[in-house]
Amino acid sequence: MKARVTVMLKTGVLDVQGEAVRRALGTLGFEGVEAVRQGKVIELDLAATDRAAAEAEVKAMCEKLLANTVIEKYSVEIA
Amino acid sequence: MKAAVVTFPGSNCDRDLAVAFEKAGAEVVRVWHKDSELPAGVDVVGVPGGFSFGDYLRCGAIAAQSPIAAAVKAHADRGGYVIGICNGFQVLTEMHLLPGALMRNAGLKFICKPVQLIVGTTDSAFTAGYAKGQAITVPVAHHDGNYTADAETIARLKGEDRIAFRYGANPNGSMEDIAGILSDNRRVLGMMPHPERVVDAEHGGTDGAAVFAGLIGKMALA
Repeated sequence: MKARVTVMLKTGVLDVQGEAVRRALGTLGFEGVEAVRQGKVIELDLAATDRAAAEAEVKAMCEKLLANTVIEKYSVEIA
Repeated sequence: MKAAVVTFPGSNCDRDLAVAFEKAGAEVVRVWHKDSELPAGVDVVGVPGGFSFGDYLRCGAIAAQSPIAAAVKAHADRGGYVIGICNGFQVLTEMHLLPGALMRNAGLKFICKPVQLIVGTTDSAFTAGYAKGQAITVPVAHHDGNYTADAETIARLKGEDRIAFRYGANPNGSMEDIAGILSDNRRVLGMMPHPERVVDAEHGGTDGAAVFAGLIGKMALA
């Protein structure tokens, strides 16, 4: 079973790297890019076969390590 | 007075921190990240600067889950003193011993230079040797020193007089110009600048010495 975790800065937390990417896109001539937020995607290969159990375990991983919930939010997709 | 200095893979200020403690009169023991206990009789733990675990995932995130981190947390929970400098500050926030987080510098660049700090409070062992509002010069060397917390946390830090140091000229976008903060019991200090790099005239300054001298002085009285 595979899991895909997406970690993004919470809404309202200034993303200085995303903002730098937005400016760089403007410099390259891509007009109309109003905002850029960047984050990370973490892919996990899991031995688990139970979808619900896998999702619960990956959420626990996010809370404990994969995301810093002070500034970041996460979402989990199980495939 | 016994100080323990933690070393993670990628720490690079651990020796300097040990020397600063020794210079202030402490007996120093070195501990490794895989150690699950602190040596008996440790009064203060120093979590040094560097790039623990290569800054993988987030600065300090992996170190915060190491065996020694649990022992440091237990030490702090018992009312023990802890100082985290630079990457050490990042580790302490990832351990939730201190609130908030340290994000990428607003200017995106790694900043390595001496900066002016303003002493925010003298109400801690770490800052008792300074005068409130005193300006000191201490080097910074970081890429992720942009202190960020929610409005409630910032209000609490201000209301409880827990901002130990502020930047004279904010180099990294930190909220409230925060360079260092204290825990609610005032015994855990996290700061991005490096006081251990200014404890000897041959360093070019001694403005950081009072952080260690104050701590050791407090212990001697206790």
